[in-house]
Amino acid sequence: MSDDDMMFIDPHVHMISRTTDDYNAMRKAGVKAVIEPAFWVGQPRTNSGTMLDYFSWIVGWERFRASQFGIQHYCTIGLNAKEANNEALAEEAMDLIPRYAGKESVVAIGEIGYDDMTKLEEKYFIEQVQLAKKMDMLVLVHTPHRNKKEGTIRSMDICEAHGMDPSKVIIDHNNEETVKAVLDRGYWTAFTIYPGTKMGNERMVDIVKEYGTERIFIDSAADWGHSDPLGVPKTAKLMLERGISKEDVKKVTYQNALDAYGQSGRFNEEDWLNRPPIDQSQTFSGNTVLRGGHRPLTEEELDNPDEDDLIIE
Amino acid sequence: MTNLSKQSDYKYREIRNLLENWLQDRLDKDTFKWIQETAENLANQPEDWELYTSFSGVPQHTGKNVLEFSDEEMDQAESLRKNWKPVEWAADQLGRVYLLLNFAENGKSEFLEKIEKIFVTSDLGEAVALYKGLALYPFPEEFKNRAAEGVRSNMTTVFNAVAHYNPYPSEYLDEEAWNQIVLKALFVESALYKIVGLDGRANKTLAKMLVEYAHERWSAGREVSPELWRPVGPFLDEEYSDDIKKVLDHPDKIQKYSALLALMSSDYSGKDELIDKHKNLVNEIKDQNLTWDDIGKEFEEKDS
Repeated sequence: MSDDDMMFIDPHVHMISRTTDDYNAMRKAGVKAVIEPAFWVGQPRTNSGTMLDYFSWIVGWERFRASQFGIQHYCTIGLNAKEANNEALAEEAMDLIPRYAGKESVVAIGEIGYDDMTKLEEKYFIEQVQLAKKMDMLVLVHTPHRNKKEGTIRSMDICEAHGMDPSKVIIDHNNEETVKAVLDRGYWTAFTIYPGTKMGNERMVDIVKEYGTERIFIDSAADWGHSDPLGVPKTAKLMLERGISKEDVKKVTYQNALDAYGQSGRFNEEDWLNRPPIDQSQTFSGNTVLRGGHRPLTEEELDNPDEDDLIIE
Repeated sequence: MTNLSKQSDYKYREIRNLLENWLQDRLDKDTFKWIQETAENLANQPEDWELYTSFSGVPQHTGKNVLEFSDEEMDQAESLRKNWKPVEWAADQLGRVYLLLNFAENGKSEFLEKIEKIFVTSDLGEAVALYKGLALYPFPEEFKNRAAEGVRSNMTTVFNAVAHYNPYPSEYLDEEAWNQIVLKALFVESALYKIVGLDGRANKTLAKMLVEYAHERWSAGREVSPELWRPVGPFLDEEYSDDIKKVLDHPDKIQKYSALLALMSSDYSGKDELIDKHKNLVNEIKDQNLTWDDIGKEFEEKDS
């Protein structure tokens, strides 16, 4: 993919919708760590029990599954804007959030913000910003697909009105129309390389050329839709090809995300730099990591599968 | 079943004090002060969020190093809680269980209600600590379903927290749930020798399940752990004679040893003939004082 020694962070990706092949491809491409923001799952939830199971999933099973493929998994916890419109669900979900927010892999409250910019969306957005403030946590803001510019400005207004320091807030899914205002107000400014609806990576190259690399980073937001979990490493390669320095590429594909989320105290480079080589039969903290039933693979085998082999053992 | 439940009911405070001493010896001064003050707070009707965030926050304070214990400390553990030794316990796990034992001061219904809530929302590290603590909590009768749920976990680390170095399952789980632990340990390639009470709770149904599992593995061209024959041994009879002969003919010595150890522990009428045939190997077993634990350890190392 990119230069062999480059490391990447994908700070926004919904791995619960992805396959183990994606984890393999990401690791091979140099992705070391991912952040999975809590979001809606395509099908609307109808009760808070499914929300509870979803939160448990992203702090539990998904983190374990990622570790089997050599990727460190973190998440953000929050009530998304779409489901904030179901008031009964939202009220119960708000009670769940403090039960998860303190966990060791939870790096922010998020993704929260506006979808249709309704009153209910705003109510729960504000409540969650207040919770983040009270718990001294970071906030990840999802900016809306429609009416994006207004939604982005209003999101920043709300964060500031409730005492959030912009350096503790990540505004995500930016584009050419929002980037200047977000940078000017001191927020972390994230871009999502997502085919069709959000940023294309050629446009991203131009943004970095125009605005530089301070407080800017990229993610894939890959999920159940037509999206690409290799969005970050592919864009890094494109940036290098188009003359952006390796140092700058590192900032927008690794370092800035690390600096932003590192403020949580729960997102540390040592977690992945000191990772032992994967050997699925090996022990991990004194325990074997592999779910059983088949022959454990070593990292070398995972990195070099024989694509033409028709035999499935 | 044993009468340990009562004993454990009465001793959880002493166990808590023991854990506190161990933490004091192993944590730096500030960290110990944090955990001790947190524990005091949790013992006195804390707000819900204080319980959840304190429990979640432990590893950020203590780190996750696996702790070493002296023989003397291991004996102290066993004297307060029969069959329990702190093997493969990390600092955060000990700290978390210590906090829960303090929270138990708030009474049975509060303790059981909140610990279930913590179980339900636990992340990986929390789940491991919660299940490791099963043998140490007061009201142990109340955790049977929880233990069985841990055994069903897809996360090997969680399964091992219930299965390994934990006296709870052999003391409290019924035969069906117990048999699942042993069978599943083989399925997820987890060692059997770390399962407390393995020999004492061997049973005929389990032996049959294990032999059938071996058949399934052989049909698929897969290896079978030599430890599989340990709980089968006491129930070996004519029905399994072809199976045990197959293991005796295995090219690996460790497999042959396991077949012989199984035969030696059985009442099977044909055992003397088979043992006689492999006199040299039997002598090696005797000379080296080979036990099932040695077989398990050797296989675990070879396998990894």
